[in-house]
Amino acid sequence: MRESDININRVDWIAVSIYFALVMIGWFNIYAAVYDGQAEKSIFDFSINSGKQLVWIGTAIMLITIIMVADSRFFENLSLFIYLAFIGLLIITPFVGKEVNGQILSIGFGDFRIQPGEFAKFATGLALAKVMERPTFDLSKKNYQVIAFGVLLVPVILILLQPDTGTAMVYFAMLLMFYREGLPSIYYVLGFGFAAIALLGLGVENNLFLAGTIVVVVLILIFLGKRTWQRVVAFSLIGLGLIAFIYSLDFVVSKLPEHQQNRIMVLFNPNIDPLGVGWNVTQSKIAIGSGGLFGKGYLEGTQTKFDFVPEQHTDFIFCTLGEEFGWFGSLVVISLFVGLLYRLIIMAERQKTRFTRIYGYCVVSILLFHFMVNIAMTIGLFPVVGIPLPFFSYGGSSLWSFTVLLFIFIKMDSSRATQLGRLG
Amino acid sequence: MKDQRPVVILIFIFLVSIILLTKLFLIQVVDDSFMKRAESNAIQRIVDHPYRGLVYDRNGKLLVFNNPIFDVMIVPKEFKVGDTTRFCELFKISKEQLIESYTAARKYSSVKPSTLIKQFSTKDFARIQDFLVDYPGLFITTRSVRSYPNSTAAHALGYIGEISAGQLDRDTVKYYAQGDYVGLAGMERFYENELRGRKGVKYKMVNVRGVDKGPFKDGEYDTASVAGRNVTSTIDMDLQLYGELLMAGKTGSVVAIEPKTGEILAMISAPFYDPNGLTGADFSKSYRKLNNDPSKPLFNRPIMATYPPGSIFKIVQSLIGLQEGILFPETTFPCNKSLVACHNHPNPVNLFGAIRNSCNPYYHQAFRQIINREVSSNTFKDTEIGLNAWRESVLKFGLGGTLGVDMTNEKGGSIPSSKLYDRVYGEGHWKYSTIYSLSIGQGEMLVTPLQMANLAAIFANKGYYYTPHLIKELDGDPTLIPAKYQIKNDVGIDAHHFDLIQDAMAEALYGTANRAVIKDLVIAGKTGTAQNPHGEDHSVFIAFAPKDNPKIAIAVYVENAGWGGRAAASTASLMIEKYLKGEITRPALQEYVLAGNFIN
Repeated sequence: MRESDININRVDWIAVSIYFALVMIGWFNIYAAVYDGQAEKSIFDFSINSGKQLVWIGTAIMLITIIMVADSRFFENLSLFIYLAFIGLLIITPFVGKEVNGQILSIGFGDFRIQPGEFAKFATGLALAKVMERPTFDLSKKNYQVIAFGVLLVPVILILLQPDTGTAMVYFAMLLMFYREGLPSIYYVLGFGFAAIALLGLGVENNLFLAGTIVVVVLILIFLGKRTWQRVVAFSLIGLGLIAFIYSLDFVVSKLPEHQQNRIMVLFNPNIDPLGVGWNVTQSKIAIGSGGLFGKGYLEGTQTKFDFVPEQHTDFIFCTLGEEFGWFGSLVVISLFVGLLYRLIIMAERQKTRFTRIYGYCVVSILLFHFMVNIAMTIGLFPVVGIPLPFFSYGGSSLWSFTVLLFIFIKMDSSRATQLGRLG
Repeated sequence: MKDQRPVVILIFIFLVSIILLTKLFLIQVVDDSFMKRAESNAIQRIVDHPYRGLVYDRNGKLLVFNNPIFDVMIVPKEFKVGDTTRFCELFKISKEQLIESYTAARKYSSVKPSTLIKQFSTKDFARIQDFLVDYPGLFITTRSVRSYPNSTAAHALGYIGEISAGQLDRDTVKYYAQGDYVGLAGMERFYENELRGRKGVKYKMVNVRGVDKGPFKDGEYDTASVAGRNVTSTIDMDLQLYGELLMAGKTGSVVAIEPKTGEILAMISAPFYDPNGLTGADFSKSYRKLNNDPSKPLFNRPIMATYPPGSIFKIVQSLIGLQEGILFPETTFPCNKSLVACHNHPNPVNLFGAIRNSCNPYYHQAFRQIINREVSSNTFKDTEIGLNAWRESVLKFGLGGTLGVDMTNEKGGSIPSSKLYDRVYGEGHWKYSTIYSLSIGQGEMLVTPLQMANLAAIFANKGYYYTPHLIKELDGDPTLIPAKYQIKNDVGIDAHHFDLIQDAMAEALYGTANRAVIKDLVIAGKTGTAQNPHGEDHSVFIAFAPKDNPKIAIAVYVENAGWGGRAAASTASLMIEKYLKGEITRPALQEYVLAGNFIN
């Protein structure tokens, strides 16, 4: 038996500090979001969301303690079991879960409910780390790619069945980790290119113009290089494929559920219907935009206080921050997030085992995706996707899942020397 | 290759955060439209309309006040009706009406107030007041409309109405808002800034459903409204009402002035209208009706109608002649009817006789001497110099330009200068024989009834006047009235020259206006007839009384009533008696005026 696994000096206190800073700022903002000057209640009042969030924070600290005292090998050894357990939960959720607005996201009893989709993120991270751990696992090879994507897609499909598109999208953040672990760049180049063309296809009114541009580009490429018939055919086919893609886009979009169509349309023209579809984004932008450089002051915001922004204590919590603390406040919070991500990458890169590095990048991927997409959607840079801002948004499931996700990695990082010792 | 990937990932993270921060900077700092939209979202600006100032007559009688009307407002969500039948009985509405109004209110909003029952009178309000507590969700809002207890002095007081788009544009300080009521005519318009008070503003916060969330920043930016100032008018309501009684059914003007102060005691423009018609909800309808009325009741004759002054102007000519040393009391001219027509009277006449008998040839000859003083050997040039010098003297009498009364749209009439004749006849192509009509107040000159009343005041004051005005006190303080009404205007004629004039005017009454004579009250007056090419001449009379200590100067115009000695002189005499004695001792004369049959 070795001595206790908790070695206080080895815990990465920078990451932990940033975590607590974000949680506390988030908590104050949740209070601001529910604050009512006419019926003033204490931030600790359990009848309002800030009081409840305090309970979530307290329990999150308990979770942290449990994770930190657990055996460092526990998560690694049980990773596949944890993964399968959550897959199981995701499978039974539609049958035993509670239906809210046509979605069945949570299971549990009475007030105690958890969303398996949230927790399956860290489980999937652990599972990916586990299967990709072997030195022979090479993401540039097709068969390994299939395995990696398989592990990723199982929870995605199950979550899509709930249906919860936003959470399902988060799993694709793992592509960042795949990139780090050697998935060929060409996938990303093609992916971004495809996304760019898709955005253009949706954004540019006249598809003919876009198709013409593609034809011109293809012709230039053909004439610039060797004019072998293989090349001409290949380029022509790519060009035709792209044009077909553009023309099919509108059709594909029209087959999407209406609320998703609207979210995409609003992105290109937020003024389409400011009181209807565009309401969330419009009001969110008004709230943030009215903050100015230094904001209106804590608890002085009017937009978030008087419910102009929907979901303001959960997915749109960033509005409260933007309104009351202005651009400066946004800068501080974004810097904290970037600082945390930067720190996590440093930590991941210093790992001696591939397992912990991969898991570290899973944490980075998921946090980055949430942070990027959540803020981008509040300022109209991304379609409205119902995903929370890590550590900020109100809610037990959300806070717990991010805490567990992060602290498993912090725990692994603090144990790295022990592992090295044992390996050596 | 692989080792670069963490760096690529880091660059990606930095790029994303820079994009986010840039976009945030654009909407938070660069573009301030969001700030405005946030304000209009959550902060409601509620204007607290001040109480408009009241208008009193010179004796403290109320001329204009604000009549409160009450609207019953409802917040449907909080409303509990209980027994509907009882409610309908109390509020005096039918069940159908209640349901209809309630449904409309609900449809508008269940949490925002809307009107349930419109325009309760004070009496109805007093009746329901105690029952209101039984009905949660109901409350009363008060509005007020201008009200005129004696329906008098419509033209002088003017009216208020909704501000026009043009007025809003001209309001550079942006005090007014669409839908505000402003003075549109008369004193209401002239003293708009004093009467309106100052609007107050309350900022209150509302949530997304429009529910009141209390004052913005604890009312730090709120301002209380300041009630408008009360105006005491110079009008004597009893005299005004009597003048309106006399002028009812006629067309014309009566202007009575207190000579020593220039205060307008009465100002009647006939036909007139009930000012209560131009208030509240009926404004537009009534205004359209009045505006289309062929008798033009909205036309404010005392200050807007212009007529040739006629014979009355001979007094001005006499005074100028006396002052210039051209005429003397003993100056005599023959009544040479070949020069200009005249009526039969003793011949020849001196100045006194000329005024008393209104001798036309006398002034034809006197005016020639005033104009042609042989300062130039060229007759044309001499006439031009003489005319312009004469005009300068005439203008001092408050003629040929607006006096500056505290009403809007005052006309100034005209006194011709050489430029007018140069334009009509060409320079050097006109001389005295061209302009001699001016000698007897005819020709190219126009005056308003107000200017005529002011002339009477000048004669009464022996050479000075205060600009006629309608304001006596502002909030009870006479020194707060505009400075120009406290300045004595000298007409440039020595006071002693007026003695003869006053005597002649007193005497003239017996010659030309016997009807105006009152026992034991000496009136000095002068008849005039404004020639009317379209029909019967207009009857004109000016007077002041008592002659030795004038308290009232008056000008009366009755259109199409023929000779000045009948309609106008009778009306003026009755007005004077009413004002000075407070009663009418000559019912027959009053009957004569009321009957209005002056021609035969």
